[in-house]
Amino acid sequence: MNAQAVPTVITDQMGPDFLLAVEGLTVSFDGFKAVDDLSFYVDENEIRVIIGPNGAGKTTVLDLICGRTKATAGSVKFKNTELTRLKEYEIVRAGVGRKFQNPSIYEDLTVFENLEISFPRGRGVFGALAFKRDAQVIERVEEVAKTIFLADQLHQRAEYLSHGQKQWLEIGMLLIQDPELLMLDEPVAGMSVAERKKTAELLNTIIKDRSVIVIEHDMKFVEDIAHKVTVLHQGRILAEGPMAKVQADPKVIEVYLGH
Amino acid sequence: MTQALSPRFKNLLGLLILAVLLAVVLPLVLEPFRLNMVGKYLTYAFVAVGLVLCWGNAGILSLGQGVFFGLGGYAMAMYLKLQSSTPEATKIQSTPGIPDFMDWNQITQLPFFWVPFKSLPLSILAVVLVPSVFAFIISYAMFRRRVGGVYFAIITQALAAIMTILIVGQQGYTGGINGITDLRTLAGWDIRTDSAKTILYFVNVALLLGAIVLCQWVRGSKLGRILVAMRDKEDRVRFSGYDVASFKVFVFCLAAALAGVGGAMFTLQVGFMSPSFVGIVPSIEMVIYTAVGGRLSLLGAVYGTLLVNWAKTSFSESFPELWLFGLGALFIAVVLLFPNGLAGLYRSHVEPRIDALFGGKGRSGSRPAPAPAE
Repeated sequence: MNAQAVPTVITDQMGPDFLLAVEGLTVSFDGFKAVDDLSFYVDENEIRVIIGPNGAGKTTVLDLICGRTKATAGSVKFKNTELTRLKEYEIVRAGVGRKFQNPSIYEDLTVFENLEISFPRGRGVFGALAFKRDAQVIERVEEVAKTIFLADQLHQRAEYLSHGQKQWLEIGMLLIQDPELLMLDEPVAGMSVAERKKTAELLNTIIKDRSVIVIEHDMKFVEDIAHKVTVLHQGRILAEGPMAKVQADPKVIEVYLGH
Repeated sequence: MTQALSPRFKNLLGLLILAVLLAVVLPLVLEPFRLNMVGKYLTYAFVAVGLVLCWGNAGILSLGQGVFFGLGGYAMAMYLKLQSSTPEATKIQSTPGIPDFMDWNQITQLPFFWVPFKSLPLSILAVVLVPSVFAFIISYAMFRRRVGGVYFAIITQALAAIMTILIVGQQGYTGGINGITDLRTLAGWDIRTDSAKTILYFVNVALLLGAIVLCQWVRGSKLGRILVAMRDKEDRVRFSGYDVASFKVFVFCLAAALAGVGGAMFTLQVGFMSPSFVGIVPSIEMVIYTAVGGRLSLLGAVYGTLLVNWAKTSFSESFPELWLFGLGALFIAVVLLFPNGLAGLYRSHVEPRIDALFGGKGRSGSRPAPAPAE
């Protein structure tokens, strides 16, 4: 683990030690800056948690990284590739996976089919027509289904899953893509205590060989998983560092934790 | 799995029943005039089948399928018209050798875009290619810009209106409001005789069954599941590494190509093509066929087309001016009362009994969810 401190000045000559380098990222909606000159860096194999009050711009940051929202200014470099110029599906193919806030799964398809669609093969029109459900696909789907506790629900239509299971299914759909950077937007929102525990366990098993950015409000959960925490406030970084340091920061207590 | 009949077997059986009905039963019980009429209805079924993929599976509602039906139909009509416009047959015209309506409009030379239609292979190619290329241009422009849903439907409807106006307005090149009429032979073979019409009916049935098999294959592939996934959560598909627009363009072009084949078969069996099969009303009627049959069922779309057209013919023989109201009422009734059409009724009322008859359990998909995890 290269748990180095936040670098002060970074130029274009980025070392290869950062998986993701966000620099000067700004987006304004009709003059309102939802994200304002934001810079942060994510290491390989790091779990970074972004916290902050509602409207701080947390989800917008993820949207900017994965290309859902176009940046007004600034750069997002992933393994030294500029993402802001790529299309959404190109960003995914480069190795960035994104989970949405509400479980975003295909209700009319089975759990197996949900996972299969995310299998990284046959992603073009004709590739999809020629796609064969071979042993490799079945094996991988079953393996991931086991990881996300849905091994015995493979042929269930996804709409019949519970809320927590749907969240896991979406995480599974990302796992099967095997992204190097996984971004999760409130993965435990609406989950029961037992489900949260299982999700934390799940996250701890899937972070091997990848970096994860998580947005979360549940402080207990954040404490459990975070290597480093970034606190956003009004589109800017209020504090950054290990959980203990951030929790003790008077500014953070003032705008967020204190309430 | 202890199912009596697998879904695959049911699909095959359904296709077989339809094939027997269209290719054996109807030709035996109907006189040639009525059979030709069924043939005409079945040309609309190509559009309805395409709409099942495009609207039912992918959620792209097009209210302009008449445009593609018309393009295919006109491509065939242009070929047939040139066939019957030989210099000998048109020697009383001031310019012999060109279609009569051109002569009436003081056109003295065959327009350049008519020239390829002197060749049968090129014309057949045009039947499929012209609608798909046109569909590609429109849908690429719209889906790239993420135009979808109601906006897409309205734009396609506008296209149907524009196409009609264009055809009617360019009478010297298109035959105008009367369309292209007086079609006689296909490569020297007279298409107006009863026996020719019967043969064309069977060709039509064979092509339609082929179209259904093609669509079943597409639906059964991963692409089919991606279409369903896109209808449900477009963003999730996009962020799973797919270029969503290209899948939409593909399915829209496929539906357009099928509509084009239907149009060409229409021209062959009915003997003319006119703008009244291109505009807004026929385009919406085609959507209604699909809705009545069940927009998720390829076979249902065929039955829906036959049923609505049969109703139209019987109804408008007695009350012609009331038909459009009847059709509107039917559409509203279907949407409100049985959104999955005939196929939905079949699945909820008939299929369980058939399953019970064969001693199987219900479909595995309909079983309730087990208790969720804590």
